[in-house]
Amino acid sequence: MPKPEEARYTKTHEWIALEGSEATVGVSDHAQHEMGDVVFVELPKMSQKLEKDKPCTVVESVKSAFDIYAPVSGEVSALNSAVTGEPAIINQSPLEKGWLFKMKISNPDDFKTLMDWTAYQEFIKQNVH
Amino acid sequence: MDITADKLKRTALNETCRKYGGKMVDFHGWELPIQFEGIIKEHNAVRNSAGIFDVSHMGQVFVSGPDSFRLLQRTNANDLRKAVPGKGVYSHLTNEHAGLVDDIIAFCLSINRYLVIVNATTSTKDYNWLKSQARKMNVTIENKSDVYSMVAVQGPNVPKMFETFAPEALELPRFGIVEKKLFGQDCFVSRTGYTGEDGFEITAPHAVISQIWEQMMELGKPFNIIPCGLGARDTLRLEAGYLLYGQDVDDDHNTYEANYGWVVCLDKGEFIGRAVLERQKREGVTRKLTGVALTEGGVPRNGCKVFKDGKEIGELASATYSPTLKRGIGVGYLSIPDLKNGEPLEVEIHGRRVKAEVTKTPFHKGTAFK
Repeated sequence: MPKPEEARYTKTHEWIALEGSEATVGVSDHAQHEMGDVVFVELPKMSQKLEKDKPCTVVESVKSAFDIYAPVSGEVSALNSAVTGEPAIINQSPLEKGWLFKMKISNPDDFKTLMDWTAYQEFIKQNVH
Repeated sequence: MDITADKLKRTALNETCRKYGGKMVDFHGWELPIQFEGIIKEHNAVRNSAGIFDVSHMGQVFVSGPDSFRLLQRTNANDLRKAVPGKGVYSHLTNEHAGLVDDIIAFCLSINRYLVIVNATTSTKDYNWLKSQARKMNVTIENKSDVYSMVAVQGPNVPKMFETFAPEALELPRFGIVEKKLFGQDCFVSRTGYTGEDGFEITAPHAVISQIWEQMMELGKPFNIIPCGLGARDTLRLEAGYLLYGQDVDDDHNTYEANYGWVVCLDKGEFIGRAVLERQKREGVTRKLTGVALTEGGVPRNGCKVFKDGKEIGELASATYSPTLKRGIGVGYLSIPDLKNGEPLEVEIHGRRVKAEVTKTPFHKGTAFK
């Protein structure tokens, strides 16, 4: 799994890391802090086709439900069953053990629209009240 | 989470809560911490040891004078005779339709002198209601919500914390109250435990409340006391089966419907809304606040629809993840008021029907119930 600096980020606080044409998706460390204790995760279905920027699954904390948006378009190729069994992993290890799903991406250009680590840090700073 | 902080009311503990890392949110116009270190950690601290809450947004209405008892007896569904000096009673302030003006705790401080603890959003409404009902009565009603702050110190280890601080408080029965000078000010120590755990509430003037908070943190050190926010307060009170005014009950819902029939005392004589309650007791209710627990994964929220045999029968008024039971729980007004425990239901969460069952409340009985 990636170091935080190696992943790309969305404005809705997902991270995504690419290996060949397969990408891994999760929620950012910033997002898990904002959510608080994660207690339930719904994952997309295997082979489900996801569309960039559309909600594809839900993560629930004690406080509230959070939509997870597909960072890029593609097809779900793997699910992390560990997070459904023990959702708190997302708080403990959002970029390693707490990844949500993998996907075969359909358009590599989608990646160019995403923020890198530095841009994401700047984005968080500007959007924290 | 947009906070328009300058428009929000702040408690006298605002700075203290921030100092301890409170994550502040808008709670019905009050700026209060939703959490400090995390809801589950705070919840478990209260269930297992000790936690402290800023509940200064709660209101204090003092009723005094020769007709105090008469006024409160007339405006409440419960019997104020249970509130002897030094003791309080949980009750519902009723309107003509038996709806709830508020749910309150009325403490009798001495003959003809009561302290009524009311909800934050309703304190002015309650004050005006009591005033309107007190015409021609010899009674003084004072809303001192802007004078007093309040902390709640809750958990099974809290009585040990109070051994040196206020030994007289240890003698209090549940719903007892004692007046006590703290830091030179006249304060009140009560023992109600809305979290379901044993514990105390300290009502004190703004000037000394942060000193009291700090002292509690000091006394609680051996018990790993931690500050707790509204998030834990909500999970704790829902597990304990306590109502949240404005969400579970309001002017249009009444005591029997809320499944709080034990609050209604029909043998005490006349009171506002009595006729409606008498009829309901005789005829039964058409909807009742019913406990629901999920039997599979998911987190129910207020507003989630509830189904029985495929038919919609109501929606959840309060619902959350229960850190103690480790599953989703909630209460909702269901149109089948006589459902048995364990009867299967379904709760709709994000368009998905999740399996659930009727569950008796409280969902969890803590030390306050013993």
